[in-house]
Amino acid sequence: MPSLKDLRTRISSVKATQKITKAMQMVAAAKLRRAQMAAEAARPYAERMDAVLANVAAGQAGGGPALLAGTGKDDVHLLVVCTAERGLCGAFNSSIVRLARERAVSLMALGKTVKIICVGKKGYDQLRRQFEKQIIELIELRSVRYIGFENAAEIARNVIARYDGGQFDVATLFFSRFRSVILQIPTALQIIPAQIPVADATVKPAEAKDQAVYEYEPEENEILASLLPRNIAVQVFRALLENAASEQGARMSSMDNATRNAGDMIKKQTIVYNRSRQAMITKELIEIISGAEAL
Amino acid sequence: MAAFHFDLVSPERLLFSGAVESVVVPSVEGEFMVLKDHAPVMAMLKPGVVHFEDDKGGKRNLFVRGGFADVANNVLTILAEQAIALEDLDTAALDLEIKNAEEDVADAKAEDTRQRAAERLEQLREVKTALKL
Repeated sequence: MPSLKDLRTRISSVKATQKITKAMQMVAAAKLRRAQMAAEAARPYAERMDAVLANVAAGQAGGGPALLAGTGKDDVHLLVVCTAERGLCGAFNSSIVRLARERAVSLMALGKTVKIICVGKKGYDQLRRQFEKQIIELIELRSVRYIGFENAAEIARNVIARYDGGQFDVATLFFSRFRSVILQIPTALQIIPAQIPVADATVKPAEAKDQAVYEYEPEENEILASLLPRNIAVQVFRALLENAASEQGARMSSMDNATRNAGDMIKKQTIVYNRSRQAMITKELIEIISGAEAL
Repeated sequence: MAAFHFDLVSPERLLFSGAVESVVVPSVEGEFMVLKDHAPVMAMLKPGVVHFEDDKGGKRNLFVRGGFADVANNVLTILAEQAIALEDLDTAALDLEIKNAEEDVADAKAEDTRQRAAERLEQLREVKTALKL
């Protein structure tokens, strides 16, 4: 049976924790709104990029630059795992890592070589235990407050340089898609060779006619050559923004849980505290009364 | 004159979406104007200024730092690398850009990267003179 003083300290420490989790939840809520806005603002660009790319790539059946057509092999896989820089956000980091790990293990079982680039420290910490040798780089975005396109472009340049250097054949991006505060979906997205959304030609036959007379300025190949790296940067950018929103969403809901748990614990402890306090008073009264009776 | 749909997007946000009368697009092979019923074109942009006139006659100018323009079915989409309203563009930022480009030219080792950097520098200088900054 803990003493009254023990109980008091325990209650006050839980209260302090509750204050922290409450504050973290509110900070996450404010950041979430901003991250969500950024993710939504980036959506039109990515969508239009897809449409334009589908248009251009439609005329390049099978051929085209290496970023589109691939190297013709799929022996070496690069996994770009985007996670958060900070913890305390529920299962956010682990669910992305789990997806990446499952992919890595199944690829290795097929005899493929796996290389991993970690974006974000938390993913690196978790993957390092199992894939120490496979991790070729860790990109930290800790110092970045708001993810700008430049950050994504840099990662994309890094990946493309490795691709041009023949370091891998297929690249897949791992991140968490933001659905809602309580639902984030870990997603794997193949970025190299580029996956072209099925051209609209099948959906809208009227447009197919227009595609035939498309004019290119400069040459089609030249446009495609600069469009493809750009598309990769856009995909990375989108993944980072979705990730940022997901992270804050996950943190918000997990901190909300923590605050509620702390509240429950305080309630329980307070009952125990009151009960033992009353028991002590009763005991003292009995002692006094029985002492008086004995006289 | 008839209006058509125009979207100007940069990776960070959607800058303009609506009906316009005409748009002047700075393509790498020269500026061209897009009006209604323009033939489908896909063009790469150089750093330059996009002028457009919306359906109510309001004129706007935006500086873009390269990107792509896509015209099809009376929809013009500009995917700009970066877009800034001309009023917000300050001389200092442009000068910095030019300085960076000059350094790129100086630093470039391979012939083709050097040439590309030089082209870019040239385009930026053109913008500067065009704006009389």
